[in-house]
Amino acid sequence: MKPPCYEYVAPDTLAGALRVRAECEDSVVLAGGQSLVPTLNFRLANPDTVIDLRRVAELATVDTRDGMIRVGAMTRQRTLERNEAAFARNPLIRETMEYIAHPVIRSRGTIGGSVAHADPASELPCLLVLLDGELTARSSRGERTIPAADFFEFVFTTALEPEELLVEVAFPVLEPGEGWAFREFARRHGDFAVAGAGATLLLDDAGRIARARLAACGVATTPVRLRAAEEALRGAEPGTEAFRAAGELARDAVTTVDDTAASADYRRHLLSGLVNDVLTRAAARARGPR
Amino acid sequence: MSTRQFGARVQRNEDARLITGRGRFVDDLPLDGVLHGAFARSAVARGRITHLDTTAARALPGVHRVYTHADLGELDVTMPLLIPHPCIGHPRTQYPLAHEDVYHVGQAIAFVVADDRYIAEDAARLIEIDYDILPVEVDPAKAALDGAPLVHEDVPNNIAAHLVQVSGDPDAAFAAADHVTRIQVRVDRSTAAPMECLSTAARWDAVSGELTVWDGTQAPIGLRGALSSLFDLDEDKVRVVAPDVGGGFGPKIVFPYSNEILVPFAAKDLRRPVKWVEDRSENFVHMTHERTQIHDIELAATSDGVVLGLRDTFLHDTGSFIPYGIAVAQVASTQIAGPYRIPAIHVTFDCVYTPTVPVTPYRGCGRPQANFAIERAMDQLAAELGIDRFEIRRRNFIAPDEFPYTRPDLVFADGLPVTLDSGRYDDALAALEKALDLDAIRAEQEQARAEGRLLGLGLSFYVEGTGLGPYEGAKIRLHPITGKAYVNTGLTAQGQGHETAWAQIVADQIGVRPEDVIVVEGDTGVFDWGVATFASRAAVVSGNAVHVAAVSARARIAQAAANMLEADPDDIELENGRAFVRGTSSRGVTLAEVATMSNPLRYAFNKAAQTATQFAPTARSTGKPLPDGERPGIEVSEYYSPPHATWAYGVHAALVEVDPVTCDIDVKRYVCVHDCGNMINPMIVEGQVAGGVAQGMGGAFYEKLEYDENGVLRNASFMDFLVPYATEVPHIEMIHMETPSPLNPLGIKGVGEAGTIPVGQVIASAVEDALSPLGAPPVRQVPLSPSAIHDLLREARVSA
Repeated sequence: MKPPCYEYVAPDTLAGALRVRAECEDSVVLAGGQSLVPTLNFRLANPDTVIDLRRVAELATVDTRDGMIRVGAMTRQRTLERNEAAFARNPLIRETMEYIAHPVIRSRGTIGGSVAHADPASELPCLLVLLDGELTARSSRGERTIPAADFFEFVFTTALEPEELLVEVAFPVLEPGEGWAFREFARRHGDFAVAGAGATLLLDDAGRIARARLAACGVATTPVRLRAAEEALRGAEPGTEAFRAAGELARDAVTTVDDTAASADYRRHLLSGLVNDVLTRAAARARGPR
Repeated sequence: MSTRQFGARVQRNEDARLITGRGRFVDDLPLDGVLHGAFARSAVARGRITHLDTTAARALPGVHRVYTHADLGELDVTMPLLIPHPCIGHPRTQYPLAHEDVYHVGQAIAFVVADDRYIAEDAARLIEIDYDILPVEVDPAKAALDGAPLVHEDVPNNIAAHLVQVSGDPDAAFAAADHVTRIQVRVDRSTAAPMECLSTAARWDAVSGELTVWDGTQAPIGLRGALSSLFDLDEDKVRVVAPDVGGGFGPKIVFPYSNEILVPFAAKDLRRPVKWVEDRSENFVHMTHERTQIHDIELAATSDGVVLGLRDTFLHDTGSFIPYGIAVAQVASTQIAGPYRIPAIHVTFDCVYTPTVPVTPYRGCGRPQANFAIERAMDQLAAELGIDRFEIRRRNFIAPDEFPYTRPDLVFADGLPVTLDSGRYDDALAALEKALDLDAIRAEQEQARAEGRLLGLGLSFYVEGTGLGPYEGAKIRLHPITGKAYVNTGLTAQGQGHETAWAQIVADQIGVRPEDVIVVEGDTGVFDWGVATFASRAAVVSGNAVHVAAVSARARIAQAAANMLEADPDDIELENGRAFVRGTSSRGVTLAEVATMSNPLRYAFNKAAQTATQFAPTARSTGKPLPDGERPGIEVSEYYSPPHATWAYGVHAALVEVDPVTCDIDVKRYVCVHDCGNMINPMIVEGQVAGGVAQGMGGAFYEKLEYDENGVLRNASFMDFLVPYATEVPHIEMIHMETPSPLNPLGIKGVGEAGTIPVGQVIASAVEDALSPLGAPPVRQVPLSPSAIHDLLREARVSA
């Protein structure tokens, strides 16, 4: 379990990092290392160059202006989790991040590292898909913004081009009165989710559901929006019946097959229950008609 | 009198070292000029190597040698069958490095030695290996059927061993029964997952012709014997040292592993120290596994629930080889009747070869499987007869006045008939019921069920034959400079606390503080009589050897002090590191002085030594300085050999709640009553029991090594093979009982494996109880993953 031989570079600036990224045909980005280091040690990756972004201070920022919580890719997960301004604007972020591994790992892990790794069981990609977040990529040729819905393509696969680095992740704030909840189940504390679900719920003046957003992790090759359940909830009376029905509709989102962690059948059952649960809790947090 | 140390909660002497990172494990040893090894291992389960080319690996800069079986000369022989038994019709053990045939994924094929481990791994990957892949069957039940692919071509039905044991008259018992219950249960394959994987370092001294091997083993003396034989060296020329070892749990009792041959061989061949430390990926496919057994058990009972007879037929998966003989299956077969009288037993087993990592004892050694079988059957019998689960056990216990209780013709791992020495089973169950507050729990359960919550109570009663012989020994020496006592045994510790337990036993006899007793073990250069650390035997066998030696040391000290103080030895007391005449504690001599004076000297190499030289005022004026028959100094060696196993026992219970959404099991209470005889140190006992329960939780909830249909292990990493974290282990309520074993002077029984044994059944029984209102099917196997719970819930819905 020793990694293969590779060049290690730790540029001080984003420009420097982009230059190395453009020059090296076969490079990987070290942005925390929770996933990359084992990948190297298992020799599942055999890159020529490892670009360590830990010195790129300009990527370790949190900015909460203009209805978006803009987070630099090298912001440590624990930093965002503890950021009070972000919490005030979108408390779902903190609730979701508490499920990421353990505090020690969140102190080292970065927002961009987790998102760019695109593990379908991960919490942050699921949160971005749920909230219709945005991702900013940059290369030596320029910058572009990618909607979360288009970013996650497959297991460990994103819309990033080979020369691009993920530089910023933007989480929309919640609407006033919007309810929210996230829950996942892992077999042990801090493990990869067997399945997880997040919800936001906005009520109209009549107390009916104006907008429900639902997303799940751990159930497919990417994080998924649970559109069928969302549709069914629009205009519905929030409550046990609607939420249970939404849970049932969510079952079909499970496309993973049996694996060593769980059978597909159990995952469907679990997701259904989690959806019901997060909707119930989101409804309790949603502000009703004045 | 000073405070008795035996039985006290003495802080562990070794902890300061171990928990501040000052432990010395094989990987920590600073060996000058050391080279590093890596193995190339089989990627296929059953195959024939058609092409093996090490050219590219040898050419890599930094590589010193690449060995294959053809390079091993006289070492290219199959490894010993450590415990032969007549019932092993087809014994097979492996070569240090594979010949043409490979038998499991992970089998060693080549060994690279390089400047560092990075290069060694690079080179190992450059070795070209092609195979003809042969068909496999990894399920032992299917592997034993006619026509199944064979692991070893000349072993019909893959049956390595077959044993039938009959005790009493089972046919008559079944004929006389009012009711017979039958059940098939299965326990899955697991691995001990010690924190430190296997490790070996070796140095060949060309000047002295000595081979020194540092090895993370439970059996340095055994390994020394094997290496002396294989390398054709006198035992005195081979020194095996087990330094600090990060957990053993059984797999490190097996020897020699490939590394234990290749590392010394390379060190001798290359005239350089060589080190190899197994990584976690290798550990999953190399270090031995345990657990898969499928039991078909029947109980013949009266309508009152008194069990008259037991029949059990089981398959034991032994993996691709059988290096440790039938130990696991034999232990399972002899503990199948548990704490119950059951006077008639018919037990049969087949050990089945499968193309998987070999199977040898892992903490519990067949007992968790046997416990699961008998206790699942007792639960079922209780349900069928409408008798309470606690009550049916009570009706079958061996009573205190029935001990010693022999099961004729059922032969335990020491070659002797099963003879349970002592116990108060009824009291233990009563203590459990009291601790649980059964009435309150039943009320709580009723309330929960009314709310639609799934709350269940489970229990398991286990017995454990511990303290196997043949013998152990101890040497105690009083140091003349410091007055400290040095203790050596032939054992080695992997975290059990020998440095403290032995110190407590010695401290009581010679009147010193436990921290002034220095225990050195695991080094054949220091003490090389004895067996090893395994089978919950250290406290029983070595503990009593240490005791016997300490009594002997005390007598020698008293005699020497009596001479110095001109008193009767019977009047000498030892306390606070001093010897004095009873009632005159202000006048006395220190133990250092006693040690010095009992060794007649010529040279006064220090101030204290003056007193022992020939012209000192206290010198003997007549006769020989060392009278005939006397030995110099205070040094004794004594041995203890148990008449047969001591039988510890206990009963555990858990109150669990099953979450119908997550299918997770929440252990709300875990209560454990156990009796390991007299306890040397209750704190260490509690650590052993709690650690055992944690490992048992692993088996009950998570641990299942999953081989796919090609014989590839699917979950060979800690990402996919789960062991419980501290956060997953519930608080354990522990109740101690102490029924001294009549078999040894200290009244000790073993406790090392106890905690692990009953947990699978406890959880299965509790989950079954929790799901019973839904009409769920009975629980027949562990681990109980959420998927497994989901299956039970679904079947309940289907059948409802």
